[in-house]
Amino acid sequence: MAQLPPLPQNFTYSAEHEWVDGAADELVGKTVKVGITAVAADALGEVVYVDLPEVGDTVTAGETCGEVESTKSVSDLYTPVTGEIVTINELATANPGLLNSDPYGEGWLFEVAVTEVGEVMDAAGYAEANSL
Amino acid sequence: MTDTTANTPKETPLHAIHAELGASFTDFGGWDMPLKYGSELAEHRAVREAAGLFDLSHMGEVRISGTDAAAFLDYALVAKYSKMTIGKAKYGVIVNESGGLLDDLITYRIGDEEFLIVPNASNTPAVVAALKDRVQHFVQDVAPGSDVRLTDESDATALLAVQGPNSEAIILRALDESGHGEFGPRTGAGDQAKAEVTDDANGGATSAGDDKITIGEAVRELKYYAWMPLTIAGIDLMLARTGYTGEDGFELYAPNIGATRLWETLVTSGADYGLVPCGLAARDSLRLEAGMPLYGNELDQNTSPFDAGLGRMIGFKTKDDFFARETLAKIGETEPPRVLVGLTSEGRRAARSGAAVSVDGAEVGIVTSGQPSPTLGHPIALAYIDRAHAEVGTAVTVDIRGKAHDFTVAELPFYKRPAH
Repeated sequence: MAQLPPLPQNFTYSAEHEWVDGAADELVGKTVKVGITAVAADALGEVVYVDLPEVGDTVTAGETCGEVESTKSVSDLYTPVTGEIVTINELATANPGLLNSDPYGEGWLFEVAVTEVGEVMDAAGYAEANSL
Repeated sequence: MTDTTANTPKETPLHAIHAELGASFTDFGGWDMPLKYGSELAEHRAVREAAGLFDLSHMGEVRISGTDAAAFLDYALVAKYSKMTIGKAKYGVIVNESGGLLDDLITYRIGDEEFLIVPNASNTPAVVAALKDRVQHFVQDVAPGSDVRLTDESDATALLAVQGPNSEAIILRALDESGHGEFGPRTGAGDQAKAEVTDDANGGATSAGDDKITIGEAVRELKYYAWMPLTIAGIDLMLARTGYTGEDGFELYAPNIGATRLWETLVTSGADYGLVPCGLAARDSLRLEAGMPLYGNELDQNTSPFDAGLGRMIGFKTKDDFFARETLAKIGETEPPRVLVGLTSEGRRAARSGAAVSVDGAEVGIVTSGQPSPTLGHPIALAYIDRAHAEVGTAVTVDIRGKAHDFTVAELPFYKRPAH
């Protein structure tokens, strides 16, 4: 039941449990999606609210840019990449449960036009760091 | 994601079953307990709409027996126990020398000379130690030569709870499936509790006389905060109509050796009734909706029964001497500055334990528990706030991560189950 969905192998991950949909060396100059991993979603419990930056905001890799609230706690949301917010996933803000049910798909949070990449790891590195 | 800490937490006899079901575990009071099996919201809803099955074997069980067991409890705890009817349960508290809450607990009267006390898991060692001290003081000084025995059965006893509107049907089905339940062995003090019931153990197959009822009827007629002895799947157990969810439901006390079989029997019996295994996450959100305090959040050693709104339990008028009487009387002379209230919000952000409560920018209280309510769809919280601002309807703000959010003092409980 608590079986987590598999890690997308072509994504990039942060220690704070965010993902970016692309390989680390190909992100700068692209617009990419950012979300939280199934590991984070499972640890948080069911997500009931997400507070996201606004379109046009510039977010900085490694810094907080929002909050994720679950039934049991609130956690800061970090961005693994620096850049301008291009799109917010309003489907996810309206249905925060998507972060649990489809963390790597419909549960994405925002799109960033990337200028810089913070400290990240690939799927194998993230899996190892989290004993997956 | 599970932390493996140096102090290996204790495991209940059902731990392997939980692991097999894919539970996420959490350390709770020194026990490795299932937090949730899948979705805690689905588990919460199952209890409100159908039924949930909980492993609560981490809770303590302390048996007090002897000719003077009742007199001892009158002395050791704040409420009056000697007038309890056999077969009943009672919610109560135990205080320390300073009148602070050592624990809240449920006490079952098993017989004239026998009681079973159920403390919280994390407090069981402290409660056992305090009660042992008090037994010694009681038999030596308070009532010299009296007969009181204490047995800590915590490590030998499993506790399962079936909670939710379908609970009764599930227990009845379990009785049927285990070849019609039978009453426990007719020995010992439990006899008195079943005095009103005949030994017609055939599940209603025979026509009952005027004063005879079947086991199934006895289960149906079992009142809230009452218990009866019962045998399910060959396991002699105590069936109590108690719980911590705000729903109808039962708690089943059984020897560890029967825990697995009892769990499996209940799962089978509950299959047609939407029974879902539930973890501590759902237990916490359910009790909060029901406005029930949790030791460690609303209650602790620095909180008196008066602070917690439990002052009326204290047997000042019904008992002579009892433990910490003078201290409690003194505390009771002044009204506590803060009282425990409910808070609700129409916003989306939940107030969490430790958050400051303010009125017009001045701090007037602190949140002790808070969550989004799965049933009501908005945040709810329990908080201690200054008496002057405790009236239902009072507008307050709660600091949630640096921002003031509007909340209103609300009536407790937040959720009340629909009447039949």
